Amino acid sequence: MINIAIAVLFLPLIGFVVTVFLGSKIKQIYFFENIIMFLSLAGAIILAFFKLSSFGDTTISSEFVWIDLGNTPLMGDIKITLGIMLDNIAVMMIVVVMLISFLVHIFSIEYMRGDPRYNRYFAYLGLFTFSMSGIVFTHNILMMYIFWELVGLSSYLLIGFWFEKKSASDAAKKAFIVNRIGDVGMFIGIMMLYNAYHTFTFDEIFYQISIGNLPFNSEFWLTVTGLLIFAGAIGKSAQVPLHVWLPDAMEGPTPVSALIHAATMVAAGVYLIVRIFGIFTADAMLIIALIGALSALIPATIALTQNDIKKVLAYSTISQLGYMIMALGVGAYTFAFFHLITHAFFKACLFLGSGSVIHGMHNEQDIQKMGGLRKKMPLTYYTFLIASLAISGIPLTSGFLSKDGILAGTFAFANLTGHWLFPIVGFFVAMLTAFYMFRVIILTFHGEPKNREKYEHAHESKFVMVMPLVLLAGLSFFFWYTPNPVNPNDGWVLSEWIKAPELYTPESTRYDFMIPDEEYISHIGTSSEMMYSEKYAEALHAAHYPAMILSLLMAGLGILTAFLFYQWKKISVDKLAERFKALYNWSLNKWHFDELYDATVVAGTVGFSRLLGAFDLKVIDGIVDGAASVTRGFSSFIGKFDNIVVDGLVNFMAYLSGFIGLIFRRFQTGKVQTYLIFVLISIVLLLFLFKSF
Amino acid sequence: MQLPILSLITFLPIFGMIIILALPKAQTKVIKSFTLLITGIQVILAIFIMANYNYALGGIFEEATFQFIEKWRWIDIDGFSWLGKFKVDYFLGIDGISAPLVLLTAIVTFIATISSWTINKSIKGYFALFLLLDTGMMGVFVSLDFFLFFIFWEVMLLPMYFLIGVWGGPRREYAAIKFFIYTFLGSIFILIVMIGLYFSTTEILADGTRAFTFNLLAMMDPNNATETGILSPLNPSNLRLIAYIALFAGFAVKIPMFPFHTWLPDAHVEAPTAISVILAGILLKMGTYGILRVSFPIFPEITQQLIWYIALFGMINIIYGALCAMAQRDFKKLIAYSSVSHMGYVLLGMASLNTLGVSGAVFQMFNHGIITSMLFLIVGVIYDRTHTRMLDELGGLGVKMPAYMGFVTVAFFAAIGLPGLSGFISEAFVFLGAFGEPLIRVITVISTLGIILGAGYMLWALQRVYLGKFNEKWEGIRDLDLREYAMLAPLTIIVIFLGVYPSAMLDLMNTSVNTMVQFMHDVQVHYSSLVSFK
Amino acid sequence: MLNVGLTHFLVISVTLFSFGMYGVITRKNAVMVLMGVELILNSANINFIAFAKFGNYGLQGQIIALFVIVLAAAEAAIALAIVINIYKTITNINVDEIDSLRD
Repeated sequence: MINIAIAVLFLPLIGFVVTVFLGSKIKQIYFFENIIMFLSLAGAIILAFFKLSSFGDTTISSEFVWIDLGNTPLMGDIKITLGIMLDNIAVMMIVVVMLISFLVHIFSIEYMRGDPRYNRYFAYLGLFTFSMSGIVFTHNILMMYIFWELVGLSSYLLIGFWFEKKSASDAAKKAFIVNRIGDVGMFIGIMMLYNAYHTFTFDEIFYQISIGNLPFNSEFWLTVTGLLIFAGAIGKSAQVPLHVWLPDAMEGPTPVSALIHAATMVAAGVYLIVRIFGIFTADAMLIIALIGALSALIPATIALTQNDIKKVLAYSTISQLGYMIMALGVGAYTFAFFHLITHAFFKACLFLGSGSVIHGMHNEQDIQKMGGLRKKMPLTYYTFLIASLAISGIPLTSGFLSKDGILAGTFAFANLTGHWLFPIVGFFVAMLTAFYMFRVIILTFHGEPKNREKYEHAHESKFVMVMPLVLLAGLSFFFWYTPNPVNPNDGWVLSEWIKAPELYTPESTRYDFMIPDEEYISHIGTSSEMMYSEKYAEALHAAHYPAMILSLLMAGLGILTAFLFYQWKKISVDKLAERFKALYNWSLNKWHFDELYDATVVAGTVGFSRLLGAFDLKVIDGIVDGAASVTRGFSSFIGKFDNIVVDGLVNFMAYLSGFIGLIFRRFQTGKVQTYLIFVLISIVLLLFLFKSF
Repeated sequence: MQLPILSLITFLPIFGMIIILALPKAQTKVIKSFTLLITGIQVILAIFIMANYNYALGGIFEEATFQFIEKWRWIDIDGFSWLGKFKVDYFLGIDGISAPLVLLTAIVTFIATISSWTINKSIKGYFALFLLLDTGMMGVFVSLDFFLFFIFWEVMLLPMYFLIGVWGGPRREYAAIKFFIYTFLGSIFILIVMIGLYFSTTEILADGTRAFTFNLLAMMDPNNATETGILSPLNPSNLRLIAYIALFAGFAVKIPMFPFHTWLPDAHVEAPTAISVILAGILLKMGTYGILRVSFPIFPEITQQLIWYIALFGMINIIYGALCAMAQRDFKKLIAYSSVSHMGYVLLGMASLNTLGVSGAVFQMFNHGIITSMLFLIVGVIYDRTHTRMLDELGGLGVKMPAYMGFVTVAFFAAIGLPGLSGFISEAFVFLGAFGEPLIRVITVISTLGIILGAGYMLWALQRVYLGKFNEKWEGIRDLDLREYAMLAPLTIIVIFLGVYPSAMLDLMNTSVNTMVQFMHDVQVHYSSLVSFK
Repeated sequence: MLNVGLTHFLVISVTLFSFGMYGVITRKNAVMVLMGVELILNSANINFIAFAKFGNYGLQGQIIALFVIVLAAAEAAIALAIVINIYKTITNINVDEIDSLRD
């Protein structure tokens, strides 16, 4: 099992390395990458099949010591391990990742044809898949962080794939940096965990928490730690307020968007929360739910007015991820993960569908300029429609099952705790979702074509592009997950595969309903619906049908309005927009998040950096240069002093000797004979002086 | 007696220099190839040292656990009544702190030699000075006698001055003078403290008498302290604190630590590429190495008192350097400031005084040496082609130079600290270690901002130079040639290898780091019992 | 017969010395100056031999005289060579005009 997992993990990396190095030499090398992906997918399916069928709930894990610092003086044993952990969640996730990645690869063969960096594109896809599978398989949080960052890198490379466009390179940079902000929070959280437990492994961290060993021995810091790690998820899963990178990330090639939005990057955030769900306290969960609710609501309102088909889908992704995060926050753990899977398929279908449309329309992305494409691109239309129905939560689709579960979860939560905000937001967003999705469908596929010329040239995409669409649309139906189209709890996914989460937090920090009553657990077992406690199970059960009916109503209302507005034109959109101009512009301008950040954080940082740069040059360096020039000034003063006073004395002495010399030089005639006379005279004089002999 | 391999690796370049001086000026090819040969042999020697290095020995304060020791009397004067005996040892040896840096020096010098191929002004003089510089750097990392250490420290200064001042850019005289005076000022502090320590430490000679000594290891042992020595731990005055600060300032100039950093951008901008590589890759490490080798073990009790300040300066370096880098328009200056930022991590890690932090710091020294060398080489490559370093004049180069772009991506993301590349492990260790020290926990958390800012300025620079629309001005720009491959590829391999398998380097330093942490802890306890007033 | 004693020798020596001195001081021609020098040397020789004859010094005086003769020959050769060289450079051997040593 582990060997297969290792193979699945590293195959895409091999694909990346081979493709990136041989890319410029062998034109057909992308084919190799595709085969690699197929093998990975096969491996993932085998893995999932064996794990789910024969191993039941046992978790298989394996690790090796990566860094061993031995027994250290102050910190005890320091060993950092890398390892693989296979539980149900991981194997399900890996199948989703590999499947979608494979389909995106296939789709891209045609979509990207003719690109000058064709092979490199496939190499990056391989790297992206590798990074994501690392996140899925990991058994410790440091390794999670490592792959987390690698996902950041791959997204940077892919979003900025067409880096000749400034907007693309901007978007890539923005994605990476915004993600980094979240990652730093996550890293601080990891530091706190490591500081408290001296391990990164999930199991050991969970164990320590469950025996009441908390960071800094305080429940408050446990909450903070959880939220810091959640910050990583905010970044990766594009939750408010760090969602701004995601719509810009549409600058990347459309299949990449599908990959980012459905299976890899944004899913990582939710997956992280699913992984460490057990360490969140009630306070932390409430904040998570709030962030989720905001992220569900705000982007949904923005999506209403966007005209770029990819932007609409981008905002809908944030909104759906908000759903999942909110679901996790209110304790509807199983439904959140279920929604992650179902969403992955229909969102991939929508994105690839939009890719097909854009390809068919020769890079036209504005839905206001489309229309009537149903006839030209029937397969794309129908798959897109099915996926839209799924995301809107219409019965018989997978989306209906998972979304309904989430809504029921918020309902039950509100019932138990009194936080009615969450179900209200949930249902409202359900309506908005249905509305904007059908707005897109109607404007794109129905009605009359607005741009005749482009319409005439439009054509259905080739088989390799349509095949993934059909497959993904197929996966958006209910029967893959449960035999009962109205109740997911009967199905194998929820009752067999996704288990109720284990909780490790001290009971005093949990919601009441999350404190298990032993009697009940032993009686029922831990199937998904029967999580936590009897109280919760009852509330959930009671919420199920009301939530279903209400959500159906909301979705219907949304679709109906969309038809009224755009298909039958009973209500003039323009007039409405005119009337609520402020609101309309607020939505169209995306709540001014970008402007706000640009004006505050970005401008602040850049301005501050300019200021510091000038400070460095003028003040700090000025001091240095100042010191130098003061020294020079002083030295020139000393130099003058030296020249005039000290040297003056010396010169005076020299002058004096010169003067004396001048007198005596008269005697120096240079004539030997004169000297001889002096000698004679001197001898005679001396003789007279010393005449004693 | 074994082969004096440390002397060999240290003085081989001097030998090479003498031969080069004897060669005729016109034989430029021969001079270059000969330098390459000398530095190549140095790399082989360094690898040989690593291969024979015993991972179980700690070093730090115990002579017996140092490796490849060479020790004999160098200066031996008995005469002066007022000075007593004056004895200086020629004392070389390495442990886990210096071994990575010896390796780093060998590698970076070798790469810098390849990069020096484009020098075309008085080649003979350049390579002669270059080799002299090499000896100075290597000597600093292997000497265990303070006197010797100081001599090597100064030996390296002079060739650097000329290399910047003669072969540099337009403002080279200014930069060279600034560099020289600034570092010389730092040296004076070191010199003063060195003399103070000399008169506070005695060592038992073979004949049983005691004499003052420059031996660093002897200085670390409080039993060797004299009763009345000016910097003796037995001396109840604040002089030790002042001396510590002076010594720290001396080393801080080299790191360079805020606010002593302003020589760095100027020196880097003006220096030729190869010299920038050496400057950033090796010289900066000498500052932090000096602190680890000299300041910490000799003044453990003061270190313990001041870790908050050291960490604070580390934090300022990280954030200030990053913000300044963001403001730059000159590519090389940007990289220079990024060095300031990255060396801040080293300071922060050292301040933690625990295994993770110190390992991270030493590892970061090595990694920064490699990564920043890559970055400077990368700047050099464009400068050779376009003769500009202004970020705004470049743009879109990635389109025309795909192979180059690959190296750029690796280097930039390594500098950002991306996992899988070596910078990540050291940064993560520094943070994890520093967070483990309660005193500097808040500083650590604030310092993590550097991770975001680092990504910010690096990616912004990446975008302005390599992405976006291709600037038509540089039409016909060519991709890397073989020589440039030869200098970038080995560094890239090291970066990736150490990112995936950091143990290769961590194991090398681990025992020493543990010894050091233990020593700092023990001796600090010992000192506080020794000096009751504190 | 006049008894020739030490005094006679010394008188001759002094006379010879004075002639030599006179020549050296007054002559303008360098060759003549040299000849004066020779006279002075020979007066000294006479002194040496006289004292050797009348004193109790063995053969030392005679030996030194022989040395002086040899030296005088050598000196004369060198001096003449110098004179010739001076003549070659300034075409003159008037000692009054050879005063470049002054500076």
